[in-house]
Formats: sequence, structure tokens, C-alpha cells
Amino acid sequence: MRKKWLWFFILLFLGGGAFHLYQGSHQPIQGGIMGASSRAGHLLREGKFPPVEKTTHTEVVIVGGGISGLSAAWQLNRKGIHSFQILELEKQLGGNAQSGRNEVSAYPWGAHYVPLPGPAEVYVRQLFEELGVIQGYDKKGLPRYNELYLCSDPQERLYLNGTWQDGLLPQTGVTNEDRKQYKAFFTAMDYFRGAVGFDGKRAFCIPIDLSSQDPSFLKYDQISMAELLVQKGWTSPFLKWYVDYACKDDYGTHMEKVSAWAGIHYFASRIGRASNSAENSVLTWPEGNGWLVNRLVEKVGAYGRCNSLVYNVEKRDKEVWVDFYDLTTQKSERMICKAVIFSAPRFVASHVVKALRDHPPAYLPAFTYAPWMVANLTVDELQHSQGVAPAWDNVFFKSESLGYVTATHQNIERYPKTKTVLTYYYPLCEGEPTEERQKAIARSYKDWTDLILGDFKKVHPDIKEKLNELNVWIWGHGMIRPTVGFIWGKERKEVLKSTPPIFFAHSDMSGISIFEEAQYRGVKAADEVLKFLKSKGLKQSK
Amino acid sequence: MQVLLLFSIFAISACGMVYELISSTLASYLLGDSITQFSTIIGVYLFAMGVGAYLCQHLQKNLTGIFVQVELLIGLVGGFSSTILFLLFEQVSSFRVLVYSLIGLVGCLVGLELPLLMRILKTHFEFKKLVSKVFTFDYVGALLGSLLFPLVLVPHLGLVRSSFLFGVMNVLVAIWALNLFKQSIPWVKPLKAQAFFYLLVLLFGFVYSDQITRFTEALSYPDRVIYSKSSPYQRIVLTQEGEDLRLFLNGNLQFSSRDEYRYHEALVHPGLSALQNPKRVLVLGGGDGLALREILKYRSVETIQLVDLDHRVVDLFSNQDSLKALNGDSFHNPKVHLAVADAFEWLKTNKDPFDFVVVDFPDPSNFSIGKLYSTTFFNLLHKNVKPEGAVVIQSTSPYVARKSFWCVAQTLDSVDFWTRPYHLYVPSFGEWGFVLASWKPLPLPEKFPEGLKFLNAVTLRNMVNFPPDMAMVKTGVNRLDNQVLVRYFENEWSKFLHY
Repeated sequence: MRKKWLWFFILLFLGGGAFHLYQGSHQPIQGGIMGASSRAGHLLREGKFPPVEKTTHTEVVIVGGGISGLSAAWQLNRKGIHSFQILELEKQLGGNAQSGRNEVSAYPWGAHYVPLPGPAEVYVRQLFEELGVIQGYDKKGLPRYNELYLCSDPQERLYLNGTWQDGLLPQTGVTNEDRKQYKAFFTAMDYFRGAVGFDGKRAFCIPIDLSSQDPSFLKYDQISMAELLVQKGWTSPFLKWYVDYACKDDYGTHMEKVSAWAGIHYFASRIGRASNSAENSVLTWPEGNGWLVNRLVEKVGAYGRCNSLVYNVEKRDKEVWVDFYDLTTQKSERMICKAVIFSAPRFVASHVVKALRDHPPAYLPAFTYAPWMVANLTVDELQHSQGVAPAWDNVFFKSESLGYVTATHQNIERYPKTKTVLTYYYPLCEGEPTEERQKAIARSYKDWTDLILGDFKKVHPDIKEKLNELNVWIWGHGMIRPTVGFIWGKERKEVLKSTPPIFFAHSDMSGISIFEEAQYRGVKAADEVLKFLKSKGLKQSK
Repeated sequence: MQVLLLFSIFAISACGMVYELISSTLASYLLGDSITQFSTIIGVYLFAMGVGAYLCQHLQKNLTGIFVQVELLIGLVGGFSSTILFLLFEQVSSFRVLVYSLIGLVGCLVGLELPLLMRILKTHFEFKKLVSKVFTFDYVGALLGSLLFPLVLVPHLGLVRSSFLFGVMNVLVAIWALNLFKQSIPWVKPLKAQAFFYLLVLLFGFVYSDQITRFTEALSYPDRVIYSKSSPYQRIVLTQEGEDLRLFLNGNLQFSSRDEYRYHEALVHPGLSALQNPKRVLVLGGGDGLALREILKYRSVETIQLVDLDHRVVDLFSNQDSLKALNGDSFHNPKVHLAVADAFEWLKTNKDPFDFVVVDFPDPSNFSIGKLYSTTFFNLLHKNVKPEGAVVIQSTSPYVARKSFWCVAQTLDSVDFWTRPYHLYVPSFGEWGFVLASWKPLPLPEKFPEGLKFLNAVTLRNMVNFPPDMAMVKTGVNRLDNQVLVRYFENEWSKFLHY
């Protein structure tokens, strides 16, 4: 009898201990799948909308409130045009530079940094001056940046061989041959950065359209980045990983598919410098490029109308009809205007713009878009793992993901280090975009959390206990893909032709999806609209 | 039964291996020099096993009972070995003696195990088979232990929990042996009770090892801990030994009541005495109120604003009698105003500039504190001090961290401050440095408040001289986007401190 009691107590004790050890590890995870309204977008394909009930007039309609649309609005506004409207499908403006905020921090849902702009990026610099990002210029003419927006040190670290190392280029377990190839690679990239073609233009420039047309550089658009490495004899597995990482990072696509011209562009185009920062510095904010969106919205948000699905853009004599379906009132409306800036991607235009719908353009199949998954994880402070201290950008070697950025990294205030938000980037690039898009839509929330936490766990074993909330965002068409031959091919040339009174503005026209290109397209389109309105002798109205 | 017996050899041997590895690892953690620690501990352990084996011949009766007793003892001593080592590291004068005696005891007991077991089993097996089987399982068990240790135990359980786990295994072997041989063992019941008691104690240790580790940390201060609490920002510990009161934040000494007057006189007076009629003073950090005590010696001062991140420190120093005696109850002086806030945030919103600002932050040992020594912060500071005023910044040791010290000075230079670096000797800290900064050059003061114990015009003239081993070196400027100061600091202090 006594023995039985003893066992009873031992079991009770053991059970209690086991509970104590493992409590909390099996709680359900807070959060869900968010994402661009693919469902609303699909309404477009069916094309069944109620008849127009209300008609209004304005000078210009901007279709799409991402960076290019907002930049077009910014330009119109500062050039004195105030009669325009932005129509945006989503609940908020910002496109793939959108951001979110919870009680811990603001955080990005997509684009999250801008490298220091070079001298050719005139509009980026103008915007930065307006926003106080650039605070002045030194005697040499170098911009002085607001130091709170320059990415704080430590910027990047890589988890490799069980420890965190400084910087992203692998350093441990690397042979002398690898290092030799690193050196050769960066020497080549330095050469390309300084290279100028026969036309006197920089070989790899931002904006892309200001790049040299010298065939000795354009030829790189004909091969993939992977082929370039083979041609140059760069076989180091570490270098290959690094270059592939770069291609995934900027283009959401493996280096086997990325044009070598675009691959080089990633390394060779940035020449921006600052009087008060190192080269290669980047500008970032807790909410990523959402900060820029929010500042633009402060300036032009009043012209924006969200939840508006534009389903028809049609030229009629001297005017253009823009028909849209208001997702909140569930009613169709029409805006009649003199010009349209179409700042949504081209695959959307092919469903919306009547001329393109009636005669599907031959260039369309060349425009492919990389799907992405972005997750935001609200976590308690993670246990310090081996190696250097947490950085802004934290990358896992040979992971399918790109790792995570820390939203609170730019905070200067010493808040108690209890919680932060980590933004985790995952380009869906194993298969072809269409196939990956379908797979992504089919995945459940649990599938995503298993995948994300599985990846994290290799680096942060305590992720599960520290996780407060995990939200997932699927970008079905996250970025234009600069595939082999795309940047300097005939298809892209085709979409650059001006087609008044409908002017296009989207980074897919540049072939790469970065803030600078989107802004350039938006400002350029606005300038064209201004010229167009002037040539028509149409007076600007207030 | 034979299989089970041989399995027990396997378990015993794995346990022995793990204890040996735990002690070696702990000794190299705590004493450094892993090659020496591993070699000597493995040597002592094997030697002690020899001693055990030798002693075994003198045991004649009740072999099984002794075997069980030995198992239990190994379980208890081995299971608690890492806890004991952690707990006693700071308490005993010669830690090595403790490590070697502990590992010697475990080794001795483990050395007894195998000969005992062979003698118990000799009736069950043919001799040549017995020897061969026992040693096979012994060596395979050792392999298992040595593989489990780095791959599973250290990364997943940690040292303390691992030793408890293996202690439990030893006791389980003992309990099993008790059941098996209960016919041949006298006093089975007391032995059983003892075994279950050990099991419970070890399991308790296993489950609550986190709490034990935390407790051992509190004990690793040399003096009597009279207060210890964790705030969201830091761990605050006060110790007292005789008259000497010491404050530690995150294990770093902040002051010793014996010589803090040197530090605080040097922090405040070279700057404040150089000013004409200072009225408004700001103290950033310094929640111990000791800088306030010095500032209150100036009659012209009308308001002192103190900004500290951690209200726990301030509460402690405004309420505890012994601490109030130390800072002259400065927090209850009507001139003193208190804000619990982040310094960056507070300065950003402040409108009224100050005559004098005391910046007494912790050393720039991590990236989050490093931001408080950046151009961005110093620019903000510049805006918050009057053109005829001054700022003083505690700037770590110019002797240990020469580059770090001069980096603070040069970062201040880069944001258009005039600077005057100076240093002094504080016995409990060593050589320490400050940088005085202002819009315009300041004179070296000749007159100071009454009753200073360290500072006078002559000492101050010496303080601004830097001997060659601390003389100025050219460094980078600390910005948020490069944080060179933190890198210098880590580099320099890691050479100085050996953990």
C-alpha cells in the first residue's frame, strides 16, 4: 500500500515537472493569412459588374496607389495640378511598400529599404530633401542624411556553421580559392560600377533607362547570371550562394533565370554617397518603405480613394472613361477625365484598358511576376545565439528564405528589450511563377507557420516559446522578373511607347521592382501628362 | 537478466563519462584554459578510478548492497556536481581543489563499480566471457556518453540539467539492482527509501534547474548581497562588506562607497566650477543620486533635472536609509526634479537648454548603449546646452580602453564641441576618464566648493595630463551606422578581462 502511494507521488511529481517544462509549447499560434486582394482581382476576370450609377469629372485619374501612383500624384501636386484622383483596389495606399503596426512596432509588409540615391536619381533626391531625409549638402556636394534613417550598425549578419558572422559574404569554412573568387567577383563588379559605354553613359544606371546602350554591356542581358558565373570560372559554392541570394533578394528569382545584366546591375548600379555615412549604406525605417508611403500619403492621400476596383479604362473622343466598382458600397461609378496615369502592373492593364483587352498585346507573356510570402512575427526577445549581435538584416545560409529584418533595429530609445517584430521574406521561386502562385494559395495558415517556424528553429531554437503572433502575407504578383533578355528586349521597348491619353507608370516597365524605378516611372508619367494637357491647350483647373 | 545487467554497465559507463566531461567543461568555463582543464581533470578522474579499483579488494561482505550504495552515491554526487561547482565558484578560495576533490570522489566511486559488478556476476558467467562482456559494454557506453554530451546534452539541456539527468540514471540503476537482488541484500527497505529520496531530490533539481542557475548567479558576488532585483533594463545588485557598499548593474561595478567620492567629484566639479553662476543642471543616468550630492554644493544652482531610464534604481536610492546617507538624501532636495524616461526621448522634447549637463551612462558595451555615444546623440546634446555652458561625459577607462576613450572625445569634436579630456585613479575601478565639452573653450577652474576630499586645483592640473600609455590616438567617429565605439570597446576590454 505504502509503495503504491510512493509511486503515485513520483508520477505526480514527474507529470508536474513535464508540464512545467513543456507548458506553452503547444499553444495555438495567433495570427492569419493576409494579402493583396486576389479575390477582388479575380472579379476582373469574370468581368461582371453592375451598371454605372454615378458619374464624376476630374482632370486626371491615377489607377493604382503604389509607389508609382503616389509619385505621379506627388509630381502633379507640386506642379500645380490639383484636380485628380487616385483609385486603389486595396484598403490602403502603398502597393508592395505597405506596412503595418501593432503595439510593439511598425513593420513592413514588403519593400523595406532604399540605398543611398546616386546623382542620376534626381527625383529620389528631391523627395528626400522635401522629407528631411537629406538635410543638406557638404562642400563637396555630398548629401548629409538624417542619421536616424541611415541603417544603424550592425547592418547584416549571416548564420553559417552554427554561428552568426558579420556581413553576408560567407567567411567561415571558406578556402583560399573561394576568397580568390570573391576578390575577382568584386573587382569585376567595381569595374562595372565605373564602366561607361561609347555613348558616354554609365553602363549600369538607376534609372535603368539612363544606362548605356553599348552592346558590350547589353550583351549580358542575353545570358543568365548563373551562366555569367560559369563563363567567368566563378565556381565557388559560397560565391554562388551569395550571388543567388542577391538575385532572390532583389528580383525574387533564382540566378539561373535572372538576366546577367540585371544581376550585375544589383551590384554595380549603386553609387550614392553621403557626407556622413559609409558607402553601401541604406536608408530604412521600422515600417520599411511604408515610411515613405506614409509621408507621400500625408502629401497626396487626400486625392486617394481605396477599395476601388477599376474594371474599365476607355478612350472616348477627347476624354477617357474610368469605370470602377466600389467594394464597400458595391456600386459602379465612372470618372470622366482628360488623361489617365495607369500605375498598376501590365497584367492588370490587359484586363482593364479596353484597347489592350480588345487586342491583347504580343508583349504580354514576357511580363512575368515573382510571387512572394512575407511574414511578420511578433516575438519576445530571442535567446542570444552564438556569434555576433543581432543585426538589422539576419540571413540564414542556404535557406529558401532570405531571413528576417528587425523592425525595432532603428530605434534609438532604450526601451526594455522585451518584444520586437521580425519581418521574414520568402521568395516563391522554386518553380514557375504560375505554379508557385497556385501552390501558395492552396497552403493553409498552418502550412505556412510550420514552414516559417521550421526555418527559424534551426537558428533560434526558442522561436516557438517566444512567438506572440505570426501573420502571413502572400504577394501573388510581388515583383516583375528581369528574366534573360527581358530588360533590353523588344517587349519592354514596346511598353515604353507613349500612348496618350493613357500614360503608363509602373516598375514593371523598368524590368526591376525597386522604389527608385517605380518613383521614376510615376514622375515621368506625370510630366508627360502635364505636357499633354498643355499641348491640348487645356487650362489647369483648381 | 543478463542483458539487463550488461545494460546497466552500459548506463554506468555513460554516466561516468558524462560527469567527467561536465566537470572539465565547467572548469574551463570558470577557470579558462580548456586544454589544461580537460587534461588534468581526465587524468585525475582516471587515477581516482584506479584508486577505487584498488580499494575494491578490501570489500568482502554484502557486495550487492555496497554496489547499490555506490550507485546511489554516484548519482547524488554526480547529479549535483555541476550545481555544487557553480555555487561554490566564488565562495571557496581554491576552486581547483574543489574541482579535483569532487571529480576524485566520483572517479573513486566509479572505479569501485566495475570490479564490484564483476565479482557479483562471476557466478553467472564464465570468466573469459564476463571480462570481455563487461569491458565491451563499458567502452561502448563511454562512446555513447561522449557523443551525447556535445551533441544533445550541452545544446539542449545545459550542464546543470544534464548532470541531474545522469544522476537520475545512476539512481535508477541502483533501484533496479535492489529489486533484482532483494534476496541477497540485508536492509532492503531503508536502502529503498534512501534510493527514492535521492531520486526525488535529483528530479527536483532536474525540473527546477533554471531557478537553481538563477540562484547561483546571485551568489557569484564576492560580498554579501543585500538587495537584488531585475528591472526590464538591468539586474540591480547591492552588496555590503563591512563599511563598503557596492552597486552592480548587470554584474558591472557602478561604485564602491569607499572611493566613489573620487569618481563623483571628478565627474562634476572640473566642469561646474568652470562656469559663471550656473543655474540649470541636467543629469542623464546617475540614478544613484551621488552626482546630485556634488551638484548641490553650488548655491547658484536653482534646478537639477535628473533623467534615468530605470525607476527601480532611483527608488532604491531615494528610500533606503544607508543609501540616502551616501547621497545626502539628494532626491528629497526641492531643487531636484526627477524624470523616468529614455535620455534620447527626453532631450528631443526638452525646450529649455541647460548650463551644465552630466552624462553618466554605462560603458558602451553593446549596440544599444553605443547609440548614446553617437554623433546623433551628441548633436542633440549640443542643442540642449547653453552657449556658455558645458557637458561632461563619463568615457570609460583611457588606460584599458584607450581607443574607446579617445573615440568619445573625437566624436564630440566632430559635432563642433570644444573638448577637454581628463582622467583620475579610482581604486575600485582603476584609471578612469571623462570628457568635458562646451561650445567655447573653458578655463581650468582654481576654486572649488568647500569640503572636497579629492579635487583641488593641483590635482586637476595633473588630471588633464595624459601620460604616454594613455595619450591621444586617432580614432574613427562613432555614428549610428558604424558604431565604431562599441567595436573598439569590445576589443579592448576583452583583452583586459579573462572570463
